[in-house]
Amino acid sequence: MSAPAAATAAVPSRFKPGDPVAVRQAYPPGHIRTPWYVRGRCGTVVHALGPFPNPEELSYNRSGLPAQPLYRVRFRQTEIWPDYAGNRRDTVDIEIYQHWLEPAGDAR
Amino acid sequence: MTDPLSAAHAHPHRHPPRPDTDDTLGHYQIMEIAIRELLIEKGIVTPAEIQRAIEAMDARGEALGARIVARAWTDPVFKARLMADGTEAVRDFGVDMGTTRLFVVENTPAVHNMIVCTLCSCYPRMVLGLPPDWYKSRNYRSRAVREPRGVLREFGLSVPDDVEVRVHDSTADMRYLVLPLRPGGTESLSAERLAALVSRDAMIGIAFARNP
Amino acid sequence: MREPFRGHHDMGGLPAGRVEKTEHDYAFWEKRVDAMNVLLASKGHLRVDEMRRNIEALPPDAYDRMSYYERWISAIAATLLQRGVLTADELGRKMEAIAQREGVPR
Repeated sequence: MSAPAAATAAVPSRFKPGDPVAVRQAYPPGHIRTPWYVRGRCGTVVHALGPFPNPEELSYNRSGLPAQPLYRVRFRQTEIWPDYAGNRRDTVDIEIYQHWLEPAGDAR
Repeated sequence: MTDPLSAAHAHPHRHPPRPDTDDTLGHYQIMEIAIRELLIEKGIVTPAEIQRAIEAMDARGEALGARIVARAWTDPVFKARLMADGTEAVRDFGVDMGTTRLFVVENTPAVHNMIVCTLCSCYPRMVLGLPPDWYKSRNYRSRAVREPRGVLREFGLSVPDDVEVRVHDSTADMRYLVLPLRPGGTESLSAERLAALVSRDAMIGIAFARNP
Repeated sequence: MREPFRGHHDMGGLPAGRVEKTEHDYAFWEKRVDAMNVLLASKGHLRVDEMRRNIEALPPDAYDRMSYYERWISAIAATLLQRGVLTADELGRKMEAIAQREGVPR
């Protein structure tokens, strides 16, 4: 997979598949691609997708550089919705940019 | 009519048109005409480019996705490429994913995948064409992540309790395509016959591939 | 008390009704909107993230009331105005002229 041309200036990647991560519980203004429902929740990195320009900046027609590493993060439904009515192993996978993630000790 | 872009669009209608069709000009349709004419006057786009973009859009649909799935079912080398790098693999079918990437997720006897975009309506349009209305609806976008099994039941799909339901929320640069489970008893079928069993809905993950 | 703002578009997990399996054949004007979006993006006059920001900026009642491609054309207009590709005056005058030409009553 070739890196996007614009991603030559990229933030170093902090996470790898298998790492437990927590999504920042943050509420910045502007155009945000981290869904509300997952903020403050813990999950596990399942794929490191490489650097992509930051959409929060692209949305104001700026370069989005340095590019942010993007990850697919897997969350147990029961971690997001404590009253989830389904198989306890059901999951939701969400793409999250690195600046929204912190290391977590326990992804549950 | 000399302007093909303002001609009534002649193609068979399989679904009822909505009120906001070509028949009456509302505020936003007037806005569309105005922007298009201004962009043409300024030399930013040409009518021919718009026509070609529409033709390219019309050429993409579930048949393309179904051919990709059928090839993956019948060609293990292609399947491995598709799973490793969908963007690259679908170039075999003339598909250019543009600034997005294709990420294929495979259904297995233990995992059922389904696709949603809760923030807007991201959809693998380069392989499936334009999305159906329900995919863009508030009800689907709100509920698919919180009660996927309930939503699947409303579509008539019952996923066994011991199968993990894995929802993919398309929040960023990936576009997802579900590789459905190949139906049993299809070992002797050609890729062409197999493709006929694969619906758009199966590739979004709200249906299974059909039995022959 | 801090009360963060949740965007109206950011609806994952909110209560909502039964999913009705609705679809329609796209009208030609809807395809033209889509085509313009594709072309403007490929020519560097608009980014999809700008489009999304402008769609998200719609008032909640407008977001719900407008059809999908009504939201799109309004966001294309907003983006082109923000970038100075079009001015409000020329767009307004053009819309007036088209309404007159097509005999659309005020």
